[in-house]
Amino acid sequence: MIPGTFDYHRPASVEDAVALLARLGEEANILAGGHSLIPLMKTRLASPEHLVDLSGIGNLKGISVTGNDVVIGAMTTQFELISSEELGRHLPIIAETSRLIADPQIRYKGTFGGNVANGDPGNDMPALMMCLGATYAVTGPDGSRDIAARDFYQGAYFTALVHGEILTAVRIPIPSPDHGYAYEKLKRKVGDYATAAAAVVITMAGGKCTSASIGLTNVSETPLWASDAAALLVGTSLDKVSVDAAVAAAEAITQPASDMRGPAEYRTKMAGVMVRRALERAQSRAKG
Amino acid sequence: MNDQTKIDQDRAERTEKLQGMGCKRKRVEDIRFTQGKGSYVDDLKLPGMLFGDFVRSPHAHARIKSIDTSRAKALPGVVAVLTAADLKPLGLHYMPTLAGDVQAVLAEEKVLFQNQEVAFVIAEDRYIASDATELVDVEYEALPCIVDPFKSMDPDAPILREDIQDKMVGAHGPRKHPNHIFEWTIGDKEATDAVFANADVTIKEMLVDHRTHPSPLETCQSVASFDKVKGELTLWGTFQAPHVIRTVVSLISGLPEHKIHVIAPDIGGGFGNKVGAYAGYVCSVVGSIVLGVPVKWVEDRMENLSTTSFARDYHMTTELAATKDGKIQAMRVHVLADHGAFDACADPSKWPAGFMNICTGSYDIPTAHLAVDGVYTNKASGGVAYRCSFRVTEAVFAIERAVELLAQKLGMDAAELRIKNFIKAEQFPYQSALGWEYDSGDYHTAMKKAMDTIGYKELREEQAKKREAFKRGETRELMGIGISFFTEIVGAGPSKNCDILGIAMFDSAEIRIHPTGSVIARMGTKSQGQGHETTYAQIIATEIGIPADDIMIEEGNTDTAPYGLGTYGSRSTPVAGAATAVAARKIKAKAQMIAAHMLEVHEGDLEWDVDRFRVKGLPEKFKTMKEIAWAAYNSPPPNMEPGLEAVNYYEPPNMTYPFGAYFCVMDIDVDTGVAKTRRFYALDDCGTRINPMIIEGQVHGGLTEAFACAMGQEIRYDEHGNVMGASFMDFFLPTAVETPHWETDHTVTPSPHHPIGAKGVGESPHVGGVPCFSNAVNDAYAFLGAGHIQMPHDAWRLWTVGQKLGLHT
Repeated sequence: MIPGTFDYHRPASVEDAVALLARLGEEANILAGGHSLIPLMKTRLASPEHLVDLSGIGNLKGISVTGNDVVIGAMTTQFELISSEELGRHLPIIAETSRLIADPQIRYKGTFGGNVANGDPGNDMPALMMCLGATYAVTGPDGSRDIAARDFYQGAYFTALVHGEILTAVRIPIPSPDHGYAYEKLKRKVGDYATAAAAVVITMAGGKCTSASIGLTNVSETPLWASDAAALLVGTSLDKVSVDAAVAAAEAITQPASDMRGPAEYRTKMAGVMVRRALERAQSRAKG
Repeated sequence: MNDQTKIDQDRAERTEKLQGMGCKRKRVEDIRFTQGKGSYVDDLKLPGMLFGDFVRSPHAHARIKSIDTSRAKALPGVVAVLTAADLKPLGLHYMPTLAGDVQAVLAEEKVLFQNQEVAFVIAEDRYIASDATELVDVEYEALPCIVDPFKSMDPDAPILREDIQDKMVGAHGPRKHPNHIFEWTIGDKEATDAVFANADVTIKEMLVDHRTHPSPLETCQSVASFDKVKGELTLWGTFQAPHVIRTVVSLISGLPEHKIHVIAPDIGGGFGNKVGAYAGYVCSVVGSIVLGVPVKWVEDRMENLSTTSFARDYHMTTELAATKDGKIQAMRVHVLADHGAFDACADPSKWPAGFMNICTGSYDIPTAHLAVDGVYTNKASGGVAYRCSFRVTEAVFAIERAVELLAQKLGMDAAELRIKNFIKAEQFPYQSALGWEYDSGDYHTAMKKAMDTIGYKELREEQAKKREAFKRGETRELMGIGISFFTEIVGAGPSKNCDILGIAMFDSAEIRIHPTGSVIARMGTKSQGQGHETTYAQIIATEIGIPADDIMIEEGNTDTAPYGLGTYGSRSTPVAGAATAVAARKIKAKAQMIAAHMLEVHEGDLEWDVDRFRVKGLPEKFKTMKEIAWAAYNSPPPNMEPGLEAVNYYEPPNMTYPFGAYFCVMDIDVDTGVAKTRRFYALDDCGTRINPMIIEGQVHGGLTEAFACAMGQEIRYDEHGNVMGASFMDFFLPTAVETPHWETDHTVTPSPHHPIGAKGVGESPHVGGVPCFSNAVNDAYAFLGAGHIQMPHDAWRLWTVGQKLGLHT
């Protein structure tokens, strides 16, 4: 519970941060809210020689609407996501999910960017970002680029980010105002990662499902986008047979680890239960 | 207003001012605890103080081939690195445990559990010490390990304890196998077997009270400071029993006891974890003696959960024999006790399985037999009483699950079966089949009050309807009703059967009245959050009529406090509380003589009136305790020694036997296995109630820990002996969000042998709570034919029960 020795840097701009990371090399880690990294350092599972703290960079914070997208700065805290009226209006599922992350104290410090970027399959935002079709804006020594959330996650703690790149913002397309949504998370206690969780966004018209997207948290090495499962729902009335088929398809793509939350078989089944319950709630919220 | 009303009102006002027994006095210690102003071991900073940290074994069982400390010693800031080779010449590489075993301080030839202490690095700060632990090179040869206690005594099992391999008679008699620790039996085996052979109905079940950990929020820690010039050692530490630590340190270090000053400052929870002695204490002492400067050792959370004393790990084959109309005739229990690598139980020395023989519970069971086999495995050592009197949680779990299983087999209501078998009020004092004399009780009254309050009949009706609805597929929720009627045995204890390493388990109080009528009192116990500073003062206030706010209570400094055996097993109120009352009464007796002298009457002409002695028939002639205190120092009667103080060392004539009736209503989501506690009602009878608010707080805390143990808290090992989940991410410590709402209630059956009739309450809710939760879970699934469901009842395990029953489609 005592971290190794490290140097601390607090750049004032993205350019400075990128330059620092380039200069310090592979032994430097980015520090955002610290709630994933610092526990790893305290158990010495991570021993970075340098921490580059992004909290001094003012323009990495904030929530804005640009065209048909909501843009969220990487250093926006989970508390700020919960408190934003604008976000609540366009994408209420983000606040619903944020409230299920850790506890209030951590949500004051924990950042949206840190949650999506560090590649921990237990984090809640990645599956939601895949569900919502978000795009990550990234800046590195060779300039800026965009990466789709659905292409970002490669393995536990492995992402499409290369060393030296910083995630600066996330762009999320605003869904139809009539959409239904739900994030269902099964956890053992406050502060826990999910045993299994599901993010669901649907639209309905005339009693039929016109679009569906499903993300799954902590049931594989990466967050999952259950596109096959969602496809089975489109065009149906979300009747039991269709939902059963979608649940089975979602369960089929899970590969959870057995851990203290339960054996793999249980966690797979819980992914199915969370999808089913999220669908029920999303349907009850959908207009049309 | 007539005269009598005036007198009554005056007495009521004076009584209220005392804040004595029975009032909800606010906890005086909370002023500092709630403001973060407590003073804990880790708050201590001494000039030149160094910091120690352990190198720990990654293996559960391995031979140590070599230890190379040179790289660590070369790190700037590292002052010393201790290994067993350094401790051995001092005879300190092993230390005695309270259970008559020895325990490695630093591993010599072998490591026997994961995270066992191998070397102790001492450095200028905590960070350097931690860095240096990574630079100690230890070469291991991994050995096959034993995780399952049922395999410990296999003929081909690897021998774990080579240090005692040839010692086939242990502290508690012959050992049947090198991995066997003791066999302990009590009761009439022949008679018990005979009853079972002829019984109408019997039940038999393996009931597992799984391994868990007391997990106080403050971990174990110590600061040792050896003064080479004076040859004196001061040791601050997280000690529930500071005097015992002083004696043990003296015995193992050879330092004379008067040159050892043990101080337990504020302690952030103990729950049994801080009774025993740990390698860190010894290493901080050795480090300070060798280096001549203070050395601090502070455990981190993972070290606390994975190395210092665990609790439970009792595998209890439990049997009951009964007539077909439900009269229990006999009980037979065999326990396999997993103690880990060393037997570091903290029971009174004559009791290798603690008070497990309270397992006949609240029932009049005429015949019983209990046998306990303790074995070694490659796990952390311990077996301490986690918020209970020695093994009473295990005992109550066994009997309270067993009566439920019997009720099920008989087709009887579980409450009705209990009532039918209760020891009756007129049977007290009651001699149990396994050797205890229950001092007092009124079980029928308590049970009736509990059942009426919770609405037991209506709950069963609701449950019957819900079960039908479940069968019809209208709900996916199961409703369980849990009952537990427990009898605790606390207040160890009478010297005829209770000692620790030969030290009789008395306790003590010393009270000094100052000339101005304020008081300092010191006890041999040590609060870890129980509120002693508040409640002991209330006892004194009522006994001698000085307001509790004018009484300061001090514990934990062995130089100033009278010798005592410490706080665990709910013994503070039954033993030191009794000492406090007796010492106060000695003062009152002297005060009466002084008052008689002052009022120029005979002692017998005086009567006590709240805070004063008054002349019988002349209520306006009186002397207050405050006036008497002044006179005691400045104008005592001729030939009387001045001063007003008293000491009492109290030898309890018997244990006390608190009891209670608990009910739990639980709703379980079959599809996820998530259990929700809808109601929990706890009726406690702890005899005389000193402070109802503190009792309520103790009950809340004990129930919360019971909830944790029953519903998910565990220390688990994989097949290689790797400890799983030793952090608060996995180890279930409920927050306010998970914790159910508690309804509390009480009856009062005073202890006939205790000076104020109090019995102790801190641990009852834990002891009674664990089986109540488990019974609720078991009851929920019982109608589906689930059989006994083992704890802990976390979601995935309950889902697995549903899966086996084919409840998931």
